[in-house]
Amino acid sequence: MTTKKNQPTHPLDSLVRTDRIPHIWCPGCGVGTAFSSCLIAMKSSGIDLQKTTMVSGIGCSARGPGYTNLDSYHTTHGRAIPYATGMKLANPQLNVVVFSGDGDLFAIGGNHFIHAARRNIDLTVVCVNNLNYGMTGGQVAATTPSLSKTTTTPQGNPEPPFNLPLLAFASGATYVARWTILHTRDLTKSIEEALQRRGFSFIEVLAPCPTGYGRRNRERPLDALRFYQEKSIIKNDAHPADIILDYQKGITLGTFVDVEKPTFTDIYEKTCRLDPAACM
Amino acid sequence: MKFWRVPLDAIEVEVTQGVVHIIEDRCKGCGFCIVYCPRDVLEESPHFNAKGYHTPRVKKEGACVNCHYCETICPDLAIYSVEAQPASS
Repeated sequence: MTTKKNQPTHPLDSLVRTDRIPHIWCPGCGVGTAFSSCLIAMKSSGIDLQKTTMVSGIGCSARGPGYTNLDSYHTTHGRAIPYATGMKLANPQLNVVVFSGDGDLFAIGGNHFIHAARRNIDLTVVCVNNLNYGMTGGQVAATTPSLSKTTTTPQGNPEPPFNLPLLAFASGATYVARWTILHTRDLTKSIEEALQRRGFSFIEVLAPCPTGYGRRNRERPLDALRFYQEKSIIKNDAHPADIILDYQKGITLGTFVDVEKPTFTDIYEKTCRLDPAACM
Repeated sequence: MKFWRVPLDAIEVEVTQGVVHIIEDRCKGCGFCIVYCPRDVLEESPHFNAKGYHTPRVKKEGACVNCHYCETICPDLAIYSVEAQPASS
């Protein structure tokens, strides 16, 4: 890597494995922005980075933890949350961040997601939603909007997509937010809040996928950002059932849910762990 | 900066100055920083980097207010700004 003489280093270089940069993400891909937002939030939230770990499954977004200079874990497809759950239960002091994509977390790993949310395991889940399976060539995913074209639906997608914040809310997540990569400041603030609080936090990040989704739907990365700018409506505390993600009507962004509930570890300690004093 | 009503403390407020640094070899030429810079500091340079992308370059020296937006939106960790020392000191 050649940099100009006397040039200060990038402020995030301390958190990144610089020997692996430039990363694999395509030009105009939004995963990189979500990744830097996540790193900035980790840095500014003041959490102990020695006790922080990033977990991911398989996919484009799931490459993210591999580029961090933290303890990170690249797991099997869709199983990021089970591994993260295991880590959190084995060592409750860890801050566990799951950074993965929509295909990984909601299609193959959908069951794990809803059950981790139901149990309220103390995880921060950042889901980069690029509306398709990017790494394998742009196939239809559980989040692909109706009628949009992908490799496997050349005539248009006949299925309705998941409303991810509603799914997270219905499963019992205690913090639910949705932002786009254009709203980096709000996104960073949201990840920061999620890292500092206890309980299952879910943040959906909308990101353009120029190679997989954009190419077949005539959407360049800058068109996607312009759409985010023109059509997004920020409604904090809106009910997740009322929020929309529609290419004609617009997208609702904001922090929708922020409630306190006892976490799985708290209840487990009370019910299942034997009190050593009581045994004697 | 243009105001419709000049704030009472406009003279006292010191606007920070920033210097933009670009790591050309990391850039993939997406243009996010150029389009979304709030002060319109950057432009696409005709020069190619090692990977064959047009990198941004600074168009207006001294116009950067060190807001770090380019730093956050850049997907490639290729651009950042640092606070410039005020000229008086």
